[in-house]
Amino acid sequence: MTTTTLTTTPSRSGSSVPPSARARVRRSRERWNRTGTILLALCTVTVLLPLFVTVSMAFKTTGQAVDGKAFSLPAPFSVEGFVQAWQLTDFPVGLATSLLVTAGTVAATILLAAVASFAIMRNWERRVFRWSFFYLLGAMFIPFPVVALPQIQLTGRLGLDNPLGVIVLATMFQLSFSVLLFTAFLRSIPVELEESARIDGATTWQTFWRLVFPLLAPMSATVGIFAFLYAWNDFMMPSLIISDPALQTLPVRQQLFQTQFSNNYNVSFASYLMAMAPAIVAYLFTQRWVMEGVTQGAVKG
Amino acid sequence: MSTLTTATAGAPTAGAARRAPRKARRTEPIYYLFLLPSLVLFTLAIPVPALIGIFFSFTNSVGIGDWDFVGLTNYAVAFSDPAIWQSYLFTFGFALVTVLVVNAVAFLLAVGLTSRIRLKIGLRAVFVIPMVISGIIIAYVFNFLFSNSLPAAGQAVGIPFLETSLLADPDLAWVAIVVVTAWQAVPGTLLIYIAGLLAIPGDVYEAADLDGATRTQRLTRITLPLVAGYVVINVILGFKNFLNAYDIIVGLTNGGPGTSTRSIAMTIITGFNGGDYAYQMANATIFFVVTVLIASLQLSVTRGRNTP
Repeated sequence: MTTTTLTTTPSRSGSSVPPSARARVRRSRERWNRTGTILLALCTVTVLLPLFVTVSMAFKTTGQAVDGKAFSLPAPFSVEGFVQAWQLTDFPVGLATSLLVTAGTVAATILLAAVASFAIMRNWERRVFRWSFFYLLGAMFIPFPVVALPQIQLTGRLGLDNPLGVIVLATMFQLSFSVLLFTAFLRSIPVELEESARIDGATTWQTFWRLVFPLLAPMSATVGIFAFLYAWNDFMMPSLIISDPALQTLPVRQQLFQTQFSNNYNVSFASYLMAMAPAIVAYLFTQRWVMEGVTQGAVKG
Repeated sequence: MSTLTTATAGAPTAGAARRAPRKARRTEPIYYLFLLPSLVLFTLAIPVPALIGIFFSFTNSVGIGDWDFVGLTNYAVAFSDPAIWQSYLFTFGFALVTVLVVNAVAFLLAVGLTSRIRLKIGLRAVFVIPMVISGIIIAYVFNFLFSNSLPAAGQAVGIPFLETSLLADPDLAWVAIVVVTAWQAVPGTLLIYIAGLLAIPGDVYEAADLDGATRTQRLTRITLPLVAGYVVINVILGFKNFLNAYDIIVGLTNGGPGTSTRSIAMTIITGFNGGDYAYQMANATIFFVVTVLIASLQLSVTRGRNTP
């Protein structure tokens, strides 16, 4: 669908390259690459086709969904799948849980990592702070599967076998990487700026919140995007930590369609669509930020 | 109060000389307050469970009730356990193939997306979409495509190879896992390559053009060497991530057919239900050591190259 529009637009506008008085070598390369554009547009099919199938399956009737033609358009158009999926997965509660876990993880990660990085960087000459930095960074060596079993037990004992526990653990798994990003960024902020704030009588607390934290905003965005992607999409940790199925996040709820209702494809795909749509919509509105943030974070980390 | 002292102590020095007597300064308590929550929560969330896990790997605990020390028995058994060997072989093989596929695809796409094409922003935005979709949901969608649509298409066209589901074949199910993992992992890798390609100054290419370099020469002699650092980052980051594979495999094959696609992470988790708690903790400890070895390799490589 989108592919056709993508390929036709360039050919319509043709080679409307502004003539430039540059060298001939330069000019020949200034023309846009038609084959390349068409080729890449065709490649988007690999991304869009699974999404197209998801959307079209979701709007089919149960009868049409099992006919084996995944690529056909829904006829008649039906929202029956959405109605059933909404009830079966208890969508509002799932969405609320996912939003809570994601918002909690993003906020906690930014907050804890920012203040910890600030303390570390401004006291780097103190051994305690330097060692804390390497200690926190050490967690990059410990993936979740390694500590999963003891964590399941511990969270169970502490009454944290719920979304709150997932927020705490997800934040801690994001911490090393986020501290790394914040400390790298803090190094580029001149200390003189803070010293002048202090001369004006600001306390460290005020200096941080009024001056440093706002300056950290670009890095906070990057850290937040990574925390968002992790917390919103993760399946493994919530599925193991949250013991009450009624409090599960959206991705984990989709398991339902593997065990029961496995032939009601329109219902399951409607459910998948509802679970992935919020992040896709959010991404489409913030894509430039997301891409910049991810690039920055990945290259620095 | 301590803030007041630093403020008054700092005032004259700031006016007089740049290099304020930093060493004489006492660390304000507030800095400890800033650091403490992270340290405490972190210790409880990761190092403590890790130590508990290592401790129990030397016991015969089943997760609850009494237990005894059994020394290195769990490790001895693990090293001769075909199920564990299989999971390591599968996971490392899968991670290796996926890293190659992801990097090749992402690099080619990045070259395309940074060349003189139309709709650059739009195309890039589309290719990044998979990054924001949950792995398990992608896997469920592809599960349907692999087990229903692809065989149906195979029957219609008459290709016997496609007529049976890829996911039902113990020898080929891993291919499906590689495809779906790559589908989701390409965007992140792609963005790093785009950053790397954009960092190459344009006049290098202009000089090459003037010297009459062909397109292939430009790619192999200029582009590839100049993004080598980014390749190293992508390969190591990707490999580390793929070793922890769980979500997508659960959604596609759930370790099957049989146990042919069971990853290390999935094997460890079986200790949660199967009564193998201590045994799988030994497995987790081995996996931890393996991860540390790979991570230290990563550190030495990235530090040595002094990449961006």
